[in-house]
Amino acid sequence: MREDVQVLFKNRRPGETLFLDGYRAAGGYQALKKALTRMTPEEVVEEVKAAGLRGRGGSGFPTGQKWSFIPRGKPGIKYLVCNGDEMEPGTYKDRQLLLADPHQLIEGLLIAAYALQTEVAYIFLRYAYEDCARRVERALAEARQAGFLGDNILGSGFSCEVRLHRSAGRYILGEETALLNGLEGRRPNPRAKPPFPVNEGLFGRPTVINNVETLANVPHIIGGGAAWYRGLALTEDGAGTKIVGLSGHLEKTRCVELPLGVPLGEIIEHHGGGVWRGRRFKACLPGGASTAFLTREHLSVPMDFDALTAARSRLGTACITVFDDRTCMLAATLNLTRFFARESCGWCTPCRDGLAMVVWLLEKIEGGTANQDDIHMLQDQARNISGQTMTGAMSGPMRKDYVFKVGARAFCPLADGAMAPVEALLRLFRDEVEEHVKKGRCPF
Amino acid sequence: MSQILPQDQIDAWQEKLADHQHPMELAVDVLRAIQHHHGWVPDEGVELAARLLGTTPLKVEELATFYDKIYRRPVGRRVIRLCDSICCWSRGGEDIAAYLQKKLGITLGETSSDGAFTLLPSCCLGACGEAPAMMIGLKLHGNLTVERIDQILAAEGGEARP
Ligand code: SF4
Ligand code: FES
Repeated sequence: MREDVQVLFKNRRPGETLFLDGYRAAGGYQALKKALTRMTPEEVVEEVKAAGLRGRGGSGFPTGQKWSFIPRGKPGIKYLVCNGDEMEPGTYKDRQLLLADPHQLIEGLLIAAYALQTEVAYIFLRYAYEDCARRVERALAEARQAGFLGDNILGSGFSCEVRLHRSAGRYILGEETALLNGLEGRRPNPRAKPPFPVNEGLFGRPTVINNVETLANVPHIIGGGAAWYRGLALTEDGAGTKIVGLSGHLEKTRCVELPLGVPLGEIIEHHGGGVWRGRRFKACLPGGASTAFLTREHLSVPMDFDALTAARSRLGTACITVFDDRTCMLAATLNLTRFFARESCGWCTPCRDGLAMVVWLLEKIEGGTANQDDIHMLQDQARNISGQTMTGAMSGPMRKDYVFKVGARAFCPLADGAMAPVEALLRLFRDEVEEHVKKGRCPF
Repeated sequence: MSQILPQDQIDAWQEKLADHQHPMELAVDVLRAIQHHHGWVPDEGVELAARLLGTTPLKVEELATFYDKIYRRPVGRRVIRLCDSICCWSRGGEDIAAYLQKKLGITLGETSSDGAFTLLPSCCLGACGEAPAMMIGLKLHGNLTVERIDQILAAEGGEARP
């Protein structure tokens, strides 16, 4: 069943939260002590790099590399921000981590703060995670009391303040520059990059932003070492474990910790208890609402970054939503697109107006009043919003450069992500879409 | 201003914000405090927040209208936020929505005639493993069924805000 290796969930007990005494009894804060007393900040960065940890918030950027971009020796304040604004439909893993073991995040945050030499860190939590916020508040107070946070931590000369920020909802806050605007009390539209946050982030200062699960991995990497951590994954280029959130048409919808690289089908069968009500598997979103659907032919794909990219989807947050054989994939896509359209921050036209247009087209097809032209228009819109027309049209050595500058039409990844299921619908379930048009109604 | 926020809270905010290097960092907290006390954020609340934060009402309005958990219009004593995102949808969220609307005698976005509940559709609540789910105030209720809804509403109906 491969649930024998529990790292992030090793302290998880049903319905319970582990606070300071329990956390310390389980070996908690030893890694912080090790980092502060026996390692230089650069050594911590190197260890995280060697461990191969990649961001667990959805984009999968190598964490150590991100940390190494922060300018060193520059006078003035630097910031570390923990992104706890997880709001991708299907994704609920950070809540499970924070409910079970809030000190794990705080320890990871402090080690990261030491590695980056930042003296102020923020934990940014979404509105719906109030239950987590209360636990984090208590854990912060305990950690301060015990000398793990604040001035001169464990007598090491390193000081760090941690502040908790509660947000008031909106998916776009998960985008890191929008989150920074949110923290600064500005309207949280995303910012143009460059400058990147590592150079000019919060209040114009160098800032690193990491997801909750990413930071929760850090104490284990420092405690257990990079080689051990790398070895946890089943695939060669993978590293570590991953919290997988299961949802949709499964018997068991729950969060499990698994090594990276367990095949999709095995997760669905063994850990999700199989498709509910004895039905058959039709499709799934492998990592949240902004990842392309996978079908039966993908059940042997290992759940890891590169393998899922090769399958034309993404690992995303590795939270899998399953659809049974009675699901209308068009209706499912319509639901997903409505979410993105509603959550568009409204800053740029391709997203604000384009997503509304896609919703309208999908509604028309689902309602049985569409014709072939509408399908073409849908295809066009999807390509246009995600920039595929442009990248497809370019070739030769210029291509990469050009793509980087103008490849995506929308200003931030929200619109691009919104088109992932739409593109997959047209690629994998074209016949279903056509059937709607031919029959003039939903065939399900 | 006393109904918007009690004087002692205004004083406490003033003190806290005067001390703060970046007062705007607390803008959302100030709006949340006003809403917690008053139920929603009226124009006077926007103005009060602007004064406290040392900014313009327009800057506060930009935030108040962006975040969907800040209400710029009156709401019922309890706000029900029903998730309509993909996992809840896949597990019968639409039936739950229909039942709630029938039971409360209102459609999504409305407040029941006794002022007890406002029913709002919501994006994913991070309870996808317990779908379908809703939040009442700051409390989450998952694995919703018709029976569970009856129980929850009976228990919540009389209470004041969070
Ligand atoms: S793509 Fe959408 S969410 Fe992103 S900046 Fe444009 S309007 Fe805002
Ligand atoms: S989809 Fe409803 S709580 Fe996540």
